[in-house]
Amino acid sequence: MSLTTAHSVVAPSAGSKRIAGAIIIAYALISIVPLLWIFATSFKTPPDSIAYPPKIVFQPSIEGYCNLFTTRTRQTPEYINSLGPATGFCDETVRKRNMVIAGPSNFLPRFLNSLIIAFGSTFCAVFLGTLSAYGFSRFKVPLADDLLFFILSTRFMPPIAVAIPIYLMYRELGLSDTALGMILLYTAVNVSLAVWLLKGFIDEIPREYEEAAMIDGYTRLQAFWRTVLPQATTGIAATAIFCLIFAWNEYAFAALLTSGTAQTAPPFIPTIIGEGGQDWPAVAAGTTIFLVPILVFTILLRKQLLRGITFGAVRK
Amino acid sequence: MAEIRVQHLRKAFGDFVAVQDSNFVVEDGEFFVMLGPSGCGKTTTLRMIAGLELPTGGQILLDGEDVTMLRARERDIAFVFQLFALYPHMNVRKNIGFPLLAQGKPSAEIRTRVEETAKLLRIDHLLNKSVSGLAGGDRQRVALGRAIVRRPKCFLMDEPLGTLDTEFRDLMVHELRELHNRIHATTVYVTHDQMEAMSMADKIAVMNHGVIEQFGSPREIYDRPATVFVADFIGSPPMNFLKFGGGLAKGAREIVVQGATVAVPEVREDIAPADMALGIRPEHIRFDDASKLRGAIYGTEYLGTTQIVAVETADGIIKARVPAEIRLNAGDHVGLALNSARLSLFDRGSGRAVKTAIHDTASERRARHG
Repeated sequence: MSLTTAHSVVAPSAGSKRIAGAIIIAYALISIVPLLWIFATSFKTPPDSIAYPPKIVFQPSIEGYCNLFTTRTRQTPEYINSLGPATGFCDETVRKRNMVIAGPSNFLPRFLNSLIIAFGSTFCAVFLGTLSAYGFSRFKVPLADDLLFFILSTRFMPPIAVAIPIYLMYRELGLSDTALGMILLYTAVNVSLAVWLLKGFIDEIPREYEEAAMIDGYTRLQAFWRTVLPQATTGIAATAIFCLIFAWNEYAFAALLTSGTAQTAPPFIPTIIGEGGQDWPAVAAGTTIFLVPILVFTILLRKQLLRGITFGAVRK
Repeated sequence: MAEIRVQHLRKAFGDFVAVQDSNFVVEDGEFFVMLGPSGCGKTTTLRMIAGLELPTGGQILLDGEDVTMLRARERDIAFVFQLFALYPHMNVRKNIGFPLLAQGKPSAEIRTRVEETAKLLRIDHLLNKSVSGLAGGDRQRVALGRAIVRRPKCFLMDEPLGTLDTEFRDLMVHELRELHNRIHATTVYVTHDQMEAMSMADKIAVMNHGVIEQFGSPREIYDRPATVFVADFIGSPPMNFLKFGGGLAKGAREIVVQGATVAVPEVREDIAPADMALGIRPEHIRFDDASKLRGAIYGTEYLGTTQIVAVETADGIIKARVPAEIRLNAGDHVGLALNSARLSLFDRGSGRAVKTAIHDTASERRARHG
């Protein structure tokens, strides 16, 4: 350090910065390698995907994606030759393996189920969470501390611990294998997180803003809408990401409670393995597509997410 | 504009009584300041007038109309908060126009009125700026603009200068008073700063522990403090107290303090023997070796035109404000001569001021006015 600059006691030294950087890079590599491997596998042919030693360099193919979106039947070469020319790239690829496309697979509807259930439950959890958090933050709620503790206590055990009662309940109520049932379930699990996170954010917004708006002639609801919500957007975005990540990735309940019409992508993707041999490229393709929405959503809101994680650590 | 009448106002939070039996009238166009230490109930009183808190008892009349239980938005008042409460997601123009938007005014009218207001406050060049980038004084002006723009019945201000730098503060005190002189809006202003109160107010209410200790003009409060608390709270340095005992007879013109006979304003009531105190403003003390009231110089604070001299007497430190030219050395023995016409007498038990000739002028003047 030169003589002209003061030595800071809080700023990390160059050496420790370098060590920290190295650790972060190592961790990032360890985390990203499986993702890259899945991404690469999705563009391999089935023989390449199980080749030993594993192939790093390979001829890319979209066979995995073709297999993911279609169901196929095996036919004799004579039958295939009797057909007209291939109608598309996938058709051509499949015929090389003595198969013809029989129809679309279930992947697209399952993926749509995932989108509807995850975004639907996230919206409900954040909507209810914002209103409850505002209530807890601003009004004298009788037994507020006990209620908040009760809300938190619903997260003390893993949600799957109540799987059997919920399974029985849903069967009786006719909610099994319905999108509504899954939205209700994920909302119930997420709303506690949403209330707690959002209460912290709303507590930080001085109540003078609403008081000023109420004196200026607005009702409380208008004041909430016009002054609190715009300032709580960061908190709402961060909470929405956390809720969405849970609902999007949830496997256990989805596997237990959905099997057909309302099945989400996580329990569906493993079932691809069984269809016509171990089709790893198709599984990898499904996984890759499955990662896209959450990746986009997280990148769009990454600033808010960061604030959500470090929330409370630094006072403004 | 309107008159604000507060009658038997009371507010309790559980067992804690924040405001007890407050009574005062703010006349139309008056600049009224509630002054007191933090936690004295001044802000609570203000919030009750605004409708942000509901009173436990009593009445608030705005222009003769009972508004005690009305919602804030139904009262037609404007409130300036200590932290300004400017909406960070709106620019200056939208912030100022926000109350008019609530009234459903057409956008052309909002535009003209916002611009008029901005011109009045000399912030018209800032209208399209974001509020987060503004300097303290300008934020204050925007907050004032939001209050002025709707032409309310009265303005309520909760320590609006509390967060400003000293430099801005002096400027804003001046501007606020000037603004008041121009628009003559009934204003209730809460502060703990006596300088702000004395320089801006038409009337001051000094509060302590939820009770209004004295209500009057700044001059009355300074010259004729009604209680020991007021005498001690107002003035820098505050009033000096010398203890003495015994009763006072109506018509008495002198008392004995520390063996010295001191002439006082003629006493107007009989006081049974009790613990008493003589109150002396620092500027009403002169050094006079002939005086029997004596002490030793303890220290001096040089202030340019005057100096504050601390004198150690048998009854503790007394502070005198004397011309700066007088040369004094610590340890010097001096005699203290008091300006008899301006002294106050207090009953130390109740804290109440004894009625003396200094109160005559007040009642005479009030009689002439009435």
